[in-house]
Parts: sequence; structure tokens; C-alpha cells
Amino acid sequence: MHTAYPRLLTHLALAVFFSLASLAQEAHLGNHTGHVASGKKLYRRFCVGCHGPLGDGNGDNAQWIDPKPRDFTAATFKCRSTPTGTLPTDEDLYNSVGRGFTNSNMPHWDALTNQNRIDLVAYIKTFSQRWQTEKAGDPIKVPVEPAVTMQSISHGAELFQKMECWKCHGQQGRGDGPSAATLTDSKENPIRPYNFASGADDSRFKCGATNQDLYRIFMTGVDGTPMPSFADVIQPNDAWDLVHYLRTLQTHRHSKENEVLKASGGKISGKAPDSNPPAQPENKGSGN
Amino acid sequence: MFTKQCSATLFTLVVSPGLLFGAATISGKISYTGTPAKAKTIDMSKEPSCAKQHTTPITTEAVVTGPNNTLANVVVYISAGAPDESAPSQAVTFTQKGCQYVPHVLALRTNQELKVVNEDQTSHNIHPLAKVNREWNKSQPTGTPPLSEKFDKEEFIPVKCNVHPWMHGYFAVLKTSHYAVSGQDGTFKLPDLPAGKYTVTAWQEDYGTQTQDVTVSGDESKTVDFTFKAKPY
Repeated sequence: MHTAYPRLLTHLALAVFFSLASLAQEAHLGNHTGHVASGKKLYRRFCVGCHGPLGDGNGDNAQWIDPKPRDFTAATFKCRSTPTGTLPTDEDLYNSVGRGFTNSNMPHWDALTNQNRIDLVAYIKTFSQRWQTEKAGDPIKVPVEPAVTMQSISHGAELFQKMECWKCHGQQGRGDGPSAATLTDSKENPIRPYNFASGADDSRFKCGATNQDLYRIFMTGVDGTPMPSFADVIQPNDAWDLVHYLRTLQTHRHSKENEVLKASGGKISGKAPDSNPPAQPENKGSGN
Repeated sequence: MFTKQCSATLFTLVVSPGLLFGAATISGKISYTGTPAKAKTIDMSKEPSCAKQHTTPITTEAVVTGPNNTLANVVVYISAGAPDESAPSQAVTFTQKGCQYVPHVLALRTNQELKVVNEDQTSHNIHPLAKVNREWNKSQPTGTPPLSEKFDKEEFIPVKCNVHPWMHGYFAVLKTSHYAVSGQDGTFKLPDLPAGKYTVTAWQEDYGTQTQDVTVSGDESKTVDFTFKAKPY
């Protein structure tokens, strides 16, 4: 009896410890709970080639790939709903797996089941200790979008100047601003600012293509890249005006914003004149 | 020497209990051997509002030397032997002025408030490339109020502005209150140390770290010099 109790206590303590540890490593999405063990098997089959067995982005294929595969050990993620410098939510990672990253070698994994994807999220979270000690940030609230008006678009154009978005993205949003050529990501790999003007659709917006997604990007920034967060320095209505203006930079895309612009004559006060129109409007542009 | 040391010295003279019980001081000089790489001239012509603030050409600050082979911007601190302390209530300020960081190396404490000020007529983004702490990246357009941030873990964090690629600096986030940043003459002073055995570490952003073990007693003053080997490129 004298020895049995301490042993029992030890077992209990160990059981509590392991259940807590595994809880921290689970991932959750609606009714789905992601499990590390299942996620590991999937990762070894589908992800290891690029992201590597250690999750550090140094898989066998990594040397041939640009942009480089994500290094999960740093726990820095581009597409989040949470403020800059905070961990993403499980749903953010889940969405990234399903959406994939355009202009990169990361495909959209919609062939995997919802359960598969949330299992993968659980496993991805084991590569950094941060998931044990930190919580995901509080998701940025996206308020209701105001109406698209010429006033909103023009004000967005003024903000594009004032916030100096053009320093990287260029006056016409072609990703050719004066700082564009010098940009590097946090691992010192060259990176291009987004070219809004190329292409006729939204497929290249890596963190989602709705106006709400664009609004969110201003507020979260794209961590690990030169794109900063504007959450501290821009008011919600101003951010919406900027979204409306950015849509007009997508000159070949059909949008409410471009309709409003066309109906009012196609001129935006506050927009810099196009000093260097491209020879081929459909020139292929990437942008990270 | 920076104001932190000046005020710390003043504090010692006026009210420090260290005087009553005896407080040791470690001071010294940072110098280099060999030939440091020549500082590069920075071309700010793409940012006229900053370029016009400088009458003489601005050079890179990765290695700043003084007369007699001394090194400035070296962080010297007690890395072992002193207890961890909670953060002071006053903030430290990091200023963007003329598209440069002032100071180039800012030493601060874990969890101490860091105020980032933009005095320029241009937008900056403050991007600390932290690895132990969280990496974040915030825009600070001209005329916007100071940003308030803090780091909760000890780390030497490179900070840059992506818009102005020549802007580089460092946050030296330390757990101890016993630190100094060497001035133009290469000198530093760590006052108010209780008697004990300490490890003193000197960190230079390009040349790395050096450590020395020092034991001080009572109100002893000890000299500890560090010599870095300059990298030619």
C-alpha cells in the first residue's frame, strides 16, 4: 500500500500530462478534430518532398522551388486572419492547405478530405514550440463593406499616395515601384510586390480574392514578406476605399468598381498619370 | 556613452543603496585588430525628402569605428551571474530620422515598452526579423503616432525597412539591467554591480560575441577590455 499510492499518482500525473500535451497539438475546425498521428502519415506522403521531414522547408525538391516552401519551424505564416506577429487560427491554416498558393509550387489540396486537411494542420503545429506556449491571435474584424462610389475610389487613390503603396506596387499597381527591385523576404530571398494589373481574374490573390480578403490583408500584413500591417494606421472606412481603388488597378477584370469608374468617365482624381504604359497589357506577372 | 549610463551614474551618486553597501563597477574599452571593411556610401536619391536632410554623405553603420581602433555600437552586458529583473516602466525610443535608425543599435529589456517614432516625411515599415520573438511588420506613414511594442524574450533582432533597403538596425533585447552600448570612443561602464562572479558578454553585429568571466567584490572597479578581429569584407 505504501508504494502503490505514489505509483498511482505518478501514473495519473503522466496521464494528465500526456492528455494536455496532445490537446495542445490538436487542431479544430467546426466538428472536426485534427489528430497529429493521422496528420503525420498524410504529411509523410504529400508534403515531405517540399517541406522536408523536419518541417523546415528543406525537402528534396526545395532547391528547385521559388518561392521557397514554408518553414513551419518559424511559425510565421503569410495568410492569417490574425494581427501581424501572432499565430494564425487553425481555420487559417486549413484554408491555406485547401486554397494552395498561386504562383508557387503549393497546389490546392482539395483532393484531400476536410478531416485529412485538419489532421495535417494538427501535425504542422508540432514543428514549432510556439504552439505550446502561445495562442492564436484574435481574428481581425472585417466590418460591412460600404457602397462602391466614385468618391470612395478617388479617396482610395489619395490613400494609395499617402500610404506610399506605390513605393513597392508602382503608381499603376504593376508591382514596379522604386523599391520593388530590392525587396527580399525574411530569409533574404528576392520577392516581387503584387502586380494588380496583370491577368483578368483574381486567381493570383494568394490569401483569398474577395474584397473582404483584400481588406484583411491591409490589416494583417503578409508576415515573412515586406508587406506590413496597416492595422494601427488606417481607419476601416479608409481601408475599404483603398480596396475599391485597388480593384480599378485590375484594369482587365470585370468588377463593380470598374463599372462605377467607367460610368463616371474613367478618370480618377488623385491618381498619378500613367507615364509608362506597358507594351503588352497581358504581360505575365507573378508577385508574391 | 549613452544617456542610460549618464543617468545611472547620477543615480549612483545621489541615492543608490549600492553606495551604502558597496557597489562594483566593470568598465572597459572595445577595440579591433586588423582592417575593417570600408563603410559603403548610401544613395538616398530615391527618397529626396530624406536625402536633403543630409549635407554630408551617409555611410552604412554595421561597423562604426573611433580613434585608436575603437568600436562603437557594441552591446556589453552581464550575461550570467546577475538575477533576471522585471522590466522598467519607462519606455525606450527608436527614431526613424533622415531614413536612418537612431540609435543604430538600441538596447532594451525584455517586456520593456519600445516606442517607434517616424520623424520623416515618408512612410516607413518597421520589420524586426525576430527568430526567438515573434516576427512582425508594421507600416508607419508620415505623421502617424509612435508605435508601442515589446519583446518578451532575450534576442539580438535585426530590424529593417523594406521600403528603404539601406535602413538596418538592431534591437538588443536583454534580461538584465546591467548593460551598456559603447560610444564613439569605444568605452562602456557597468555600474551598480553587487559583489559576485559575472560573465560579461560583448556583442558586435558583424563580429559576433565575446565573453569574459569577472569576479568583483565590494566597491571594486575592474577594467575589462574586449578586442574584436575585424573582417575585411
